[in-house]
Amino acid sequence: MFISLVAVIVLGAIAWMGGATPGLQYLFGIVLPMIAVVVFLAGFIWRIMDWAKSPVPFSIPTTGGQQRSLDWIKPARLDSPYTKTGTVGRMLLEVLLFRSLFRNTKAELRNGPRLVYWSSKWLWLFALLFHYCFLVVFIRHFRFFLDPVPVAIGMMETVDGIMQIGVPRLFMSGVILFGALLFLLMRRLCDQKLRYISLPNDYFPLLLLIGLVGSGLCLRYIGKADIATIKEMTMGIATLSPHIPALPISPLFYVHLGFLSTLLIVFPFSKLMHMGGIFLSPTRNLPNNTRAVHHTNPWNPPKTYRTYAEYENDFRDLMDEAGLPLEITPEQAAAKE
Amino acid sequence: MYNAKYIWPGIVIFIVLFSMPFWMNTGQEQYTRPQLALPAGEKECVEPAEWMRANHMQLLNTWRDMALREEQRVYVSSSGKQWEVSLQNTCMKCHSNYVEFCDKCHVSNSVSPYCWDCHVLPKGNQ
Amino acid sequence: MSKLPKASELAKSISYAFPKVSWMDTKPAFAPGTWCYPAKKDTMEGLGMPNPHNWNPAEEDWNLPENWEEIIYNALKDRLEKYRSLKVFLDICVRCGACADKCHFFLGTGDPKNMPVLRVELLRSVYRRDFTTVGKLLGKVVGARKLDKDVIKEWFYYFYQCTECRRCSLFCPYGIDTAEITMIVRELLHELGLGIHWIMDPVSNCNRTGNHLGIQPHAFREIVEFLCEDIETITGIQIKPPFNEKGHEVLFITPSGDVFADPGIYTFMGYLMLFHEIGLDYTLSTYASEGGNFGSFTSAYMMKKLNAKMYAEAERLGSKWILGGECGHMWRVVHQYMETMNGPTPACMETPKSPITGTVFHNAAATKMVHITEFTADLIKHNKITLDPSRNADKIVTFHDSCNPARGMGLLEEPRYCIQAACENFVEMPENTIREQTFCCGGGSGLNTEEIMELRMRGGLPRGNALRFVQEKHGVNTMACICAIDRATLPPLADYWAPGVSVTGTHELIANALVMKGEIKRTLDLRQEDLPGVEEDE
Repeated sequence: MFISLVAVIVLGAIAWMGGATPGLQYLFGIVLPMIAVVVFLAGFIWRIMDWAKSPVPFSIPTTGGQQRSLDWIKPARLDSPYTKTGTVGRMLLEVLLFRSLFRNTKAELRNGPRLVYWSSKWLWLFALLFHYCFLVVFIRHFRFFLDPVPVAIGMMETVDGIMQIGVPRLFMSGVILFGALLFLLMRRLCDQKLRYISLPNDYFPLLLLIGLVGSGLCLRYIGKADIATIKEMTMGIATLSPHIPALPISPLFYVHLGFLSTLLIVFPFSKLMHMGGIFLSPTRNLPNNTRAVHHTNPWNPPKTYRTYAEYENDFRDLMDEAGLPLEITPEQAAAKE
Repeated sequence: MYNAKYIWPGIVIFIVLFSMPFWMNTGQEQYTRPQLALPAGEKECVEPAEWMRANHMQLLNTWRDMALREEQRVYVSSSGKQWEVSLQNTCMKCHSNYVEFCDKCHVSNSVSPYCWDCHVLPKGNQ
Repeated sequence: MSKLPKASELAKSISYAFPKVSWMDTKPAFAPGTWCYPAKKDTMEGLGMPNPHNWNPAEEDWNLPENWEEIIYNALKDRLEKYRSLKVFLDICVRCGACADKCHFFLGTGDPKNMPVLRVELLRSVYRRDFTTVGKLLGKVVGARKLDKDVIKEWFYYFYQCTECRRCSLFCPYGIDTAEITMIVRELLHELGLGIHWIMDPVSNCNRTGNHLGIQPHAFREIVEFLCEDIETITGIQIKPPFNEKGHEVLFITPSGDVFADPGIYTFMGYLMLFHEIGLDYTLSTYASEGGNFGSFTSAYMMKKLNAKMYAEAERLGSKWILGGECGHMWRVVHQYMETMNGPTPACMETPKSPITGTVFHNAAATKMVHITEFTADLIKHNKITLDPSRNADKIVTFHDSCNPARGMGLLEEPRYCIQAACENFVEMPENTIREQTFCCGGGSGLNTEEIMELRMRGGLPRGNALRFVQEKHGVNTMACICAIDRATLPPLADYWAPGVSVTGTHELIANALVMKGEIKRTLDLRQEDLPGVEEDE
């Protein structure tokens, strides 16, 4: 935890200094983000390709419901899909609604002994809030990268700010995102089991995101930044004609950008790759039709097994005495020798 | 590579989505910062221009509260100068061209103040 | 063997409070009752396993081959290239903790390394250091650690405390399957000559005699005929099951535990009675007399080798399809591995079609193997057999879903349909402990051995608890199952956690209720105890 916290603070401080030092602004404002985007895209693709290089030798879906067998037994089409459509449906449920996490329970051992299981949907709820709000915030940021800004983004902003609180208008997604991140962090710190399993590389992305979202909220609501100048800079990057605008930009913006760049660079080499990995999980993305349809294992070794002939050779006399049918009778076998 | 027929389309979708800013801007004119119609005579704003660029919305909000809720009509700026708290008489005296001043930046950055949900849009000099 | 503490004492000893030190700095204490006896050198040699040697888990030195680090590195590299599942599962875990309290071994021991996430982390930490750049550069900070002999010991300890039940995989948001990791780590350990007796002995037997118990062909026949005598005593009907005969439509394969061990034998008698009653054209085989596959607890190679006999025998005997008995891991292998490993099926085989009802089992079109409860449920649905549930009226029955048919197959309704047709009283255990959320018996994946009885009872706590709950609430006195390992492991579990509940196979219940043509007035159940209502009559 602390090592991750220190790392995030140091990163933020470096970015601040970079943003506050005129000579380094180009490096921190343009070179670093552009490198980060390249590393992210290339790293992500490299990881997927690396996974794809290994085959899926066996079809091993984890079945979460009734199989399709007899006509009159209702199969679980999504939790135990038999068809391709069902499998796509299962994956959509998994990716869009976190189906498996929705099952989550909490076990408790009471005197007796008695084990009690509670439905526990907090993780599911906050994970879902986090991911969706992140998506909304991410898409909203496209207003800094596109000109003219698409109508859809304006509509999104209208809905996101429908409460019409304050000036500039409060976007709910950002606040919920921040809250969900704090929940996920507190969960890691307060739940004994989680604290025990958590590694520095679990805290780091969380703290980095808290830094990213926190600095973003700051830029909008507290130490406000001049977004017209920011857009001048971001559009420069998006149109591949980058320059540092003549008007000044708050160093806090460079912190925001620094966190983002770090996130992009770290992403392909961390657990954040679950974003791509979930699509390649063989316990989820395969149909439960393994007795009906052949699945190929590209490295299937040749069959080597003890054949019936070897078996009969071993037990011929005993089998004969027991009256079991034989391919070669003891007499034939004796005659051969 | 195995399962290429699923993985390649997946990678393509990923690249297309995440590189959207880069390819959606191609073919467009070079982006330039909106050129605003600045007041002709006046050189000094209520607060320094740099501060105003980032915080004007907050000042407007404060002024609204001062004028309409607290009946305070005098604003003392950070430089100590006194200003009449009035949208009409102070702000719009100089920034009279809504379309060429306010809107330019707002549209470019997808900002839609909800002031005008109720209030009538200022019509500029007409 | 260590002494088993009383159930109440054992329960009190469970604490979910974790040690202060990081899991990387703790070592397992090889206390008696927590580890399985090692495989014998002769057994390993006989099977051609790599690096067979004498060793003892309780001793400091495990006599690992000299280049053991290189062996593990190469073996892991090989598996990473062969299994996408391994790569993805090692890379994408976010340690969200959803799996932590889903494992029966964690719930029963409170040992943090029995949380599925940490169990896999035992391998993941080594993988990070040897196969990822970040791990090489940053080491411990990113959860990477050096492979040393203690890690090997830890692997042995904890990957033989996983029953490959896949309950964690169901709850994991990415479907990370610890069973897959356990199978692979056990393969790695086997490369160093480390295996357990309770698995490797059956594997060796199965290879040689055709079944895990090492029953030779003539003895196999004798035992079955002995069971047929019992059937005659109970029903007055003489059954002569065919052995190794060519030209029958169906080859029937069940775990050999059903032939040999109480209470599996009653289930086996149930199969024979059912087949006789419906006039099924089938044969048994002494060569392929094992449905179970302890090879699947050893390596993919061994699983294939043992499983190959099924199709080989079907081909030799000219069977059209295979009917498989009640067994858990057997069905995981049959359902998810068999056709891939040993297919395509021999030319003589066809898509299974019930000769009695005409139902075509399209869901088994490739494997050509049908689960007995699918087959029987179909018979009952078509009214092809007469069942008299009053013969089971004294039983208040619940059903234990075996892990593999539940989460590796989705066989949930078929056995329930059969049981409910054969019994008057059926109650479900709590919903978090059945169907796809079912808990392991504590002895799956080759861990049903005596020397770890305490561990088994700990692992069996969640199941035992659920059973105890319905015993107290509904008076449940019978737990039905569809697995031969269950039939071996659940009786001691029930005696320990819910005394008074007996364990039965599903086809034992069917056969008790089965009204057979030409039978004498039935007064005894298959265990030769009085049927309900008999005493009052006389």
